[in-house]
Amino acid sequence: MPDDKRSAQFPRGFAEAVPHNRALGLTVVAMARGSATFQLPYDAKLVGNPDTGVLHGGAITALLDATSGAAVFSSLVTWVPIATLDLRIDYLRPAEPPRAVLAHATCYKMTKNVAFTRAVAYHDDPADPIASSVGTFMISTRPGPSPKGTDR
Amino acid sequence: MTATLVELLAEAKRTGDYQALLAAVPYSKFLGLSAALDADGLVTTMTYGDHLIGNPTLPALHGGTLGALLESAAIFELMWRAETIVLPKTITVTFDYLRSARPADVHARATITRQGRRVCNVRAVAWQADPAAPVATAHAIFLVKQDP
Repeated sequence: MPDDKRSAQFPRGFAEAVPHNRALGLTVVAMARGSATFQLPYDAKLVGNPDTGVLHGGAITALLDATSGAAVFSSLVTWVPIATLDLRIDYLRPAEPPRAVLAHATCYKMTKNVAFTRAVAYHDDPADPIASSVGTFMISTRPGPSPKGTDR
Repeated sequence: MTATLVELLAEAKRTGDYQALLAAVPYSKFLGLSAALDADGLVTTMTYGDHLIGNPTLPALHGGTLGALLESAAIFELMWRAETIVLPKTITVTFDYLRSARPADVHARATITRQGRRVCNVRAVAWQADPAAPVATAHAIFLVKQDP
């Protein structure tokens, strides 16, 4: 259960309002300080192999990125922008159509500049994952152009 | 009966026209992907749409869409270059996000760094206006062995 009202409630509406998250149909299943669980519903438009009906890896990527970012947001004491630095995803087995995919992410380390995340994507058992990921996020990215104009 | 993905791939390799193959993959349509050959090889383009936005404040494209574009570009490159007709399976992929991607088209190109009998290593780069200023890169390992 959420142990911090602000960190638990802020990202829910935020995450579901992100246009691409809405396009994917992502919903927030649970939020707590330092962790997040999102759901990606099965949708024919997200299929990567029309012969098998299996969801495209890209949809799993977006799910893991969004859930990991939410875990970082939920770890913040004050709201600051964040940006994904890198994300590694291991695909362990295909998602099974037409089941929804859940992702559970934790922000296991937060420093002044960088947050570190782990996440798994699964159907109903995190111990039987479809994919697992590790990510790093830059904390407190400044809005607007940097001195060079294009760096995030 | 519609053509299978492998049949569409064989046809694309024969004609050099990848649009029918892309149109057969729902997720490619969802992202707005197209592929074209230029002098240096295959370029995959993700045509801008509002549904690709991940940060409405900046605004910037969702990291997941850039990841999907890079992974798709790597898969298309493998399917195009490989001698046998196989659908590569992604084993692992790492994305580096270098700049926020503006609400505009994104292009991607992939390079096979090692082609083995069972696995292939591929690097991919995505850019917007300036190829010298990539927005994201990826390196990925694919299983390419055909199921017996």
